[in-house]
Parts: sequence; C-alpha cells; structure tokens
Amino acid sequence: MNYTDLFRATLPETVLEIAALLVLVVDLGFLRKAALETRVAVAALLGAAGCVVGLWAVAFAGAGGLSFGGEVLLAGGGSAGVAQCGILVLTALALLLLIGSDFTSHAGEFAAVALMAAAGGMIIAAAQDLLVIFVGLELLSLSLYILTAFAKKSGKSAEASMKYYLFGGMSAAFLLFGFSYLYGISGSTWLPRVVCGVNNAAAHGGAPLLAVALVMIAAGLGFKVAAVPFHFWAPDTYEGAPAPAAAFIASVSKVASFALLISISSVALHFMESFHVSGDGTAAFSAQPPQITSGFGAGWPLIVAVLAVASMVFGNLAALVQSSVRRLVAYSAIAHAGYILLGLAFFSWTNRSAEAVLYYVLTYGLTTIGAFGVVGVVERVTGSDKMDAFLGLNKRNPLLAGVMLVLFLSLAGIPPLVGFWAKFNLFAAVLEAAGGVVPFALVALAVAFSAVSLYYYLQVLKRVYVMPGVDESPLRVPPFALIVLLVIAAAVVLLGCFPALLQGWIASFY
Amino acid sequence: MLAWTIYLSFAGALLQALLPRSRPNVARWLALAVAVAGLVTGIAGFAAGMGQGLTILVDVPWIPSLGIHFLLAADGISRVLVLLTGIAAVAGVLFSWNIEVRTNQFFAFYLALIGGVYGVFLSFDVFLLFVFYEIAIVPKYFLIAIWGSTRREYGAMKLALYSFVGSAMVLIGILAAYTTSGSHSTSLIALAHAGLPVSFQMWCFPLVFTGFAILAGMWPFHTWAPTGHVAAPTAASMILAGVIMKLGAYGCLRVGMALFPHGLDPWGFTVLGLASWRDVFALLAIIGILYGALVALAQSDFKFVIGYSSVSHMGFVLLGLMTLNQIGMDGAVLQMYSHGVIAGLLFAIVGRIVYDRTHTRQLADLEKMHLAKRLPFAAWAFVIAGMASMGLPGFSGFVAELQVLIGAWMARPWWTIAAALGIPVAIAYTWRALQKAFFSDRQPSVQELEAEHGHRLAAITWPEVAGFALLGAATLVVGLYPRILLSSIEPAVRSLLKGGV
Repeated sequence: MNYTDLFRATLPETVLEIAALLVLVVDLGFLRKAALETRVAVAALLGAAGCVVGLWAVAFAGAGGLSFGGEVLLAGGGSAGVAQCGILVLTALALLLLIGSDFTSHAGEFAAVALMAAAGGMIIAAAQDLLVIFVGLELLSLSLYILTAFAKKSGKSAEASMKYYLFGGMSAAFLLFGFSYLYGISGSTWLPRVVCGVNNAAAHGGAPLLAVALVMIAAGLGFKVAAVPFHFWAPDTYEGAPAPAAAFIASVSKVASFALLISISSVALHFMESFHVSGDGTAAFSAQPPQITSGFGAGWPLIVAVLAVASMVFGNLAALVQSSVRRLVAYSAIAHAGYILLGLAFFSWTNRSAEAVLYYVLTYGLTTIGAFGVVGVVERVTGSDKMDAFLGLNKRNPLLAGVMLVLFLSLAGIPPLVGFWAKFNLFAAVLEAAGGVVPFALVALAVAFSAVSLYYYLQVLKRVYVMPGVDESPLRVPPFALIVLLVIAAAVVLLGCFPALLQGWIASFY
Repeated sequence: MLAWTIYLSFAGALLQALLPRSRPNVARWLALAVAVAGLVTGIAGFAAGMGQGLTILVDVPWIPSLGIHFLLAADGISRVLVLLTGIAAVAGVLFSWNIEVRTNQFFAFYLALIGGVYGVFLSFDVFLLFVFYEIAIVPKYFLIAIWGSTRREYGAMKLALYSFVGSAMVLIGILAAYTTSGSHSTSLIALAHAGLPVSFQMWCFPLVFTGFAILAGMWPFHTWAPTGHVAAPTAASMILAGVIMKLGAYGCLRVGMALFPHGLDPWGFTVLGLASWRDVFALLAIIGILYGALVALAQSDFKFVIGYSSVSHMGFVLLGLMTLNQIGMDGAVLQMYSHGVIAGLLFAIVGRIVYDRTHTRQLADLEKMHLAKRLPFAAWAFVIAGMASMGLPGFSGFVAELQVLIGAWMARPWWTIAAALGIPVAIAYTWRALQKAFFSDRQPSVQELEAEHGHRLAAITWPEVAGFALLGAATLVVGLYPRILLSSIEPAVRSLLKGGV
C-alpha cells in the first residue's frame, strides 16, 4: 500500500468529505445573510452534486480495492461497488427532499453531516477488516444520531435521538466485544483470516467462545438493520427524526448495513479461496461446488434465521395496530429487514443471493425515501403524521396521492411494481440456495406475512382514496419535491416492469 | 391480435386517470370505446382462432436471468374466456353509465381490472400469469371501497385480503415448482414437462388449487364472495361474479391441474371415504353447490340471493374440473362462460335497474313496490335472467350444467345425484326472489300508494337496454347453438387431458 493506492481506493469517500466541507464553507461563509430557503436549496444541491461526483469516483476507483500486506482492507467491485453506488444515489435523493423543509436553520450542517454519514456507509459496505468495519460503523452511527436530533425545536426529535444514541452505543459495545473475541480466537482482524482461525478453533473446542462472539455481533449488526429484538429504537427514531433524516436512516443506513452483512456472509462461505487469490484481493466468486457450509459453522445462519423470523412476524403484526404513518413505516421496515435477513441466512455459494439481497435493499431504500418524502410534505401542511392527516389526499393533491399509491403498493409487493419483483427474486434465491423443508417453510411464512402486510398498507391508502376528507383545500407541494417524488415513483414502476435493467446493472459489478 | 385486449385496456386506464374529472361524459364514452374495442378484438381473435390449437401471440424474454418470458398465447379455453371478459366489460360500462362521482377514476380502476383479467387468460408463463392475477386485486378493492354500498369498506378489505391470501398460496407453490423443477423457465409448458416428482405434486397441487379456488368461491373459502358482491357497485359485482371468479377457476385448471396432474392421483389410503385430492375438492364443490343454493333461499337482501347463487353455480365449475373427463371439463369451461354472462345480468338488474331506483334491496320492502307494474322492463329482464340462471333449456346454463352432471356421473354417480339436488333449490330461490321482488300480490296501503304517485321511478335508459340485450343475446346464442363455443373448448380440453390431467 502506498498513498497513491490509498487515495485512489478511498476517492469516493474523500469526494464526499470534500463536498461536506464545501457545503459548510458555502453555507456558513457566503450565505449567512441569505434566506433560509436559499440556504437549504444550495446545501442540498451541493450535497447531491457531491454524490454525483462520488459516483464518478466509484467508477474511477474501480474494482481494485485497497490491500495492506496482502490483506484486503476495502473491497472494490462486487457487492461493495453496488452498495456504494446505491448509497450515493439514495443520499442524493434524501438531500434533494430536504429542499423546502424548514425544521432547522442549520442547512449546511445537516447536508454536511449527511454526507459524512454516507461516507461511513461506503466504508462499511466495502470493509473487509474488523477495525475498518468498526470505524465505518461509528462514523455512520454518530452522524445519524446528530441527524436525528436536528429538529431542535421538537422535543420528539431530541427524545428520538437520545434513544437512538443509547441503544446505538450499547450495541456498538456489544459489537466491539464480539469483535474482540473473534480477534482473541483467530489472532487477526482481517475477515478471511478471522473466519479461517475461527473455523480451526471451533474444531478444537473453541465453539462456546465463538457462539458468544457471534451472538454479540448479531446484536450489534441486528441493531443497525433494526431486526427484532434489537429494533426498539426504530419506531421512535422514525417518528421523531426530521423527515429527510428518517428517510436517510431508513434507506442509506440500511443499504450500508446489509452490504456489510453480505460481505461477512460471503467471506464466511469463501474464506478458503481468499488465500489462493490474494493477488487482486477480493474473494473470487468461482463456481466451485459448495463443499464448505460456512466458516462460522452452522451457528451464524441459525442466528440470522432466528432474527429474520422474529423480525417479519413481529414487524408485520405490530404494524397492524399503528395509527402514525411513520411508526407504520418503521414496523414495516422491521418486517422488510426480516425478509432480507432470510436471504442472508440461506446464502448461496454463487453471487445469486448477494445480488438478490442487494436488489431488494436498493429498491426498498428507494421506495422508503419516497414514502418519507410524501409523509414529510403532508406533515408540513397538516402538522401531523397520523393516518387521519392523509384523509382525502386524493382530492387535495391527486399527484401526491398517486405517488403514495405506487410506493405503498410496491412496499406491499403488488406487481408490476418493483417491490413484488424484489420479493420474488429474493425468495427464489433462498429456495435455490438451500433445499429442504426449513427454508421452504420460512419462505412460506414470509409470503404469508406479506399478505398480512397488505392490510396495513391499505389502511393508509384507504384514507388517501376512499374515506372522505375533513379538510379538502388543495395541498401545496413544493414543485421541486413533487418532481423528485414523481421520479422516484416512476422508477418504482419502471424497475418493476423491467426488472432486468437493475439486475443486469448489479450483475455487471461481479 | 388478442394481445391488444390487454394493451388497450391498460392504455384506456391510464388515459382515464389523466382525464380531467369535470368531464364525466368523456370518461364514459372513452370507457365504452375501450371496452368495445376489447370485445371486438376478442371476437376477431376468437373467430380467427377457430379450429386452431394453441397459438403463441407474443414471446419476448423478460427477465433472462430467471428464464421468465413475456409469453402470451391462446388456446380454445383462453379464447372463450377472453370473449366472456369482453362481453362483461362492455356490459359493465353500460350499467355504470350513471356513476357521477369521480367518474374517470372509476373507469380507470375498472379498465385496469379488465386489463389484468385479459392478461391472466392469455398468459402462458406462470410468473406473468401471477403478475396479472395480482394486478386485478387492487382495483377491485378501490372499486368497492369508493363506489360501493352496504358495508363497503368491510367487504372491500375482506375481498382484498382473501384474494391476497389466495395469491400468497399460489406464489408459494409457484416458487416451489420453479426451484424444484430446475428447468430455468417459468413457461407453463416447460414446467408441465419438467417431470416434477409425484410426492412434490401431491402437496403442491392442493396448495395452488386452493389458492386459486378461494377466488372461485370454493366452500368454505367463499365468504368473501357474497359480502364482496353485495358491497360492490353494479359494474364491479358484475365483473366480480362474471369474470373474477372465473380467474380463480381458470387458475385451478391452467396452473393447478396442468402443472401438477399427479396431485390428483389416489393417495393410496382412505380417510373418511376420501381417497385423493380429487375426491376432496369434488366434495367441497358439491357442498358449495348445495350450501350456496340453500343459503340463497333464506336471504332477505335481493343482492345476497344472487351472491350466494354465484357460490352455488361456481360449484358446478369446480365439480366439472374434478370429473377429469372430456365432457365434464367441457361443461366446466362452458359453465364459466355461462355463469359469467348470467351472473352479470342478474347483478345488473338487481344493482343498477332496481336498487338505483328503489334504494332498497330488501325483499320485504320491494314486495310493497309493485315493481312489475312500475318497472316492467326490470321484471321481464329478471324473468329471462332467472330462467337462464335456473338452467332452463335454450340458455347456456342448461348445456353447461348438463355436461357437468353427465361428466360427474361418468366419474362417480353419487356426485351427480348430490349436485343435482342443487337444481330444484336453484329454481326455488330464483322463483322466490322473482315473486317477492316483482310479482307480489300483496295489496298496498293508502299511504304507500300516495308515496308511489309522489315519486315515479326513473325511466329505463338506453345503456341499460343495450347492456341487457348484449348479455341476454350472449347466453341465448350459446344456449341455442353451443357448438359455437364447444368447438373451441373441446380440442383445448382434450389436449389438456392428454397432457396428463
């Protein structure tokens, strides 16, 4: 490793940090006297521009990754590349939805912190080393706590942030504790070597220690993806955080965390190869017969499967009784995390599962950002995110209602919207990766619970379209926000009608 | 050519959604134009397909990585059902001519629903079929919840959840079949030839069949049907009973039975006299026939009578499918068409012609209204529709139910005996409804006569006459000359039977 390599490999993150600083300089330096509206718009646009440049940088950094002494610290290409591009696009969208909002007078800081969070997300998406993972996670998490608390006038926002912070701090401690065990067992922080060492140790009586470590790590990462029983922060945070921050947490942070879980699962399956192909680093995904189950033994898939089932059952059932749309989206996010974890529990030797999970989480992120965009707009006018605030939305603003219809039906998994295809693809991948009764039964459970989920999504849509409104005055949406939301809705329809587009794009990274 | 029915309907739905809401008349005529165009395409496709077997309409790779194709094709069964959809769609538009609230949205949902139905009947890729099947769920919900009557939100949600649970079962079965076959294709033909293990078919068949049969109103999963029909606006209940229930039956046949023919094999042991899934579903079908008919006999709401009669008539379809012989299955497909037309007609009379004028559907209230004198058109229309529904010769229902019963006799004589018991009950409930609603001889009191002169019932409008003429002709023509459809249905059923069913 030399500085040129380091600079090249971390160019996307560097671009984001530079963009963050630039936003701060422009906002605090040049626009101090400007109207809040202008400052928000400039900060958001600059931030989004930074993300676009970041996309170019990801392409420029290429699939090389960053190695040190033969050990890959940051992977390039593969799931890392896909997730990084996804993070950048979703961050840009979340920032664009900031335009027109007035919850804070510190527009520049908001955009800058969001960009830093995105940089953290990009690091964990690519990280292959326990320490790098932890650094990235902390950068992401700390930024998210700040974003959550950004609505300084709102008590809810502060409360949400406090809860998020306490849970987050605790789970980071668990994660670090688990990592320290892994290091103790294997004597390395590099993932392939860790898995290899763990595998040896487990064969020589180290299994109990490994089990403790894996449970700790599952607790830490389960918190990030809001899996039951580490989900308690999610409803409060989704409800209390300012809408753009909630959208960011629900999408970008999810993509990054699942990308991390994908790389852990892949390494666990492919650790034997990594030592043969140390040349360019990343674990090569050859079509070898799957003679090895998992480097972590059967424990890891079992833990993930338990989290998956708990999440989809609890998330869907709890969502049924919500009256706040934000909390409803939060519980549905828990349920969706459950479906995705199912894909990770039965992970395939080829990249089939990785691609399916990435597809799901990217499209889910896109849909949720849109959903929070709509909620944010409605909330700004009606002052509430209760379901009844959406009464008669169809009459008040048909376009916004149409966007809501598309997004919520996609979340429910109705074809031809992208959510259906993502689910089909993911469940097909699960069944292809593992035959037998257990995976089949779990997929059947997941499909059954997505039938349950239709009920609560329809509860919202019922208020939008069916029930008579109390206030039927037209609801004004800032034109820019409307355009962004329409683009998101159009993308949800388009990607659903032509699933091969995104699938081909994801496959091109491998 | 038939593929255009799908594109036209969805294009029409999109146009309707973009239409300004202040122009209900434009929306009506546009909807009628789209529906008629679909019907004409359907008729032309039917005529062109006479004497031909399975023809591929469109075959484009859609999702290459999973081997999913945008594969539209048609055989005799599909053509008949497309024709039915076209007729029901046009009639539905005609009978919703008086929708004044959010007219363009109504027709947008309506045409999206019709497009999905056409899609199901023409898909020969199981994934594509499922996509269209699900597309049809959501518009139903909104049609009922927004424009419906009696407990509409409850009825709509119940219908949506039943449908979605059914389709979840289907989806599980499809996923399992796809991964088990390992054929890297979701085409119905490829999957049918994939040689799925018998033990797999044994449990996957009932799952998929039940999933589809929920929508076909199979007892005991029929309860969505009466509440949904009653809550729905006229056009939606016409489409619901006329076409959507056929989606379920069609799925049972095309996916359930064609993909998992060995699911119908004997189990090798007997439980309570049942020795195979075939016996189980035939029993449920017969229970449906009798139960639906008996419950219809006891209803006080006119529309519930028709709703439960649909459950009863759909029992004949499922029974016909379970006969597994040429004549019984011909009868099942013909009964799909026949019930589609007749149920549409009955719901149109009850929902549009009567209820929209009298604002009550309670038979007890209708008794006092002298509808035979005040609405003679409705009375005679119902006489004709009722005769068709009872299965009198000359109407399509007679040929269809007769064939089903003959087929059932060839399979298991006691099926015929049990199912035939439903026919006198059907005559009884139709007669009862007819008599109470139209021809009651109860003398009106003075106040009632005053009220009667106080407000006259609105005159019958031309769309109602046109819709009635269309549906009446559709059942009469087929009743008098069933070969017109049977010549298409027979070869298609024969090739299905040869394929293993």
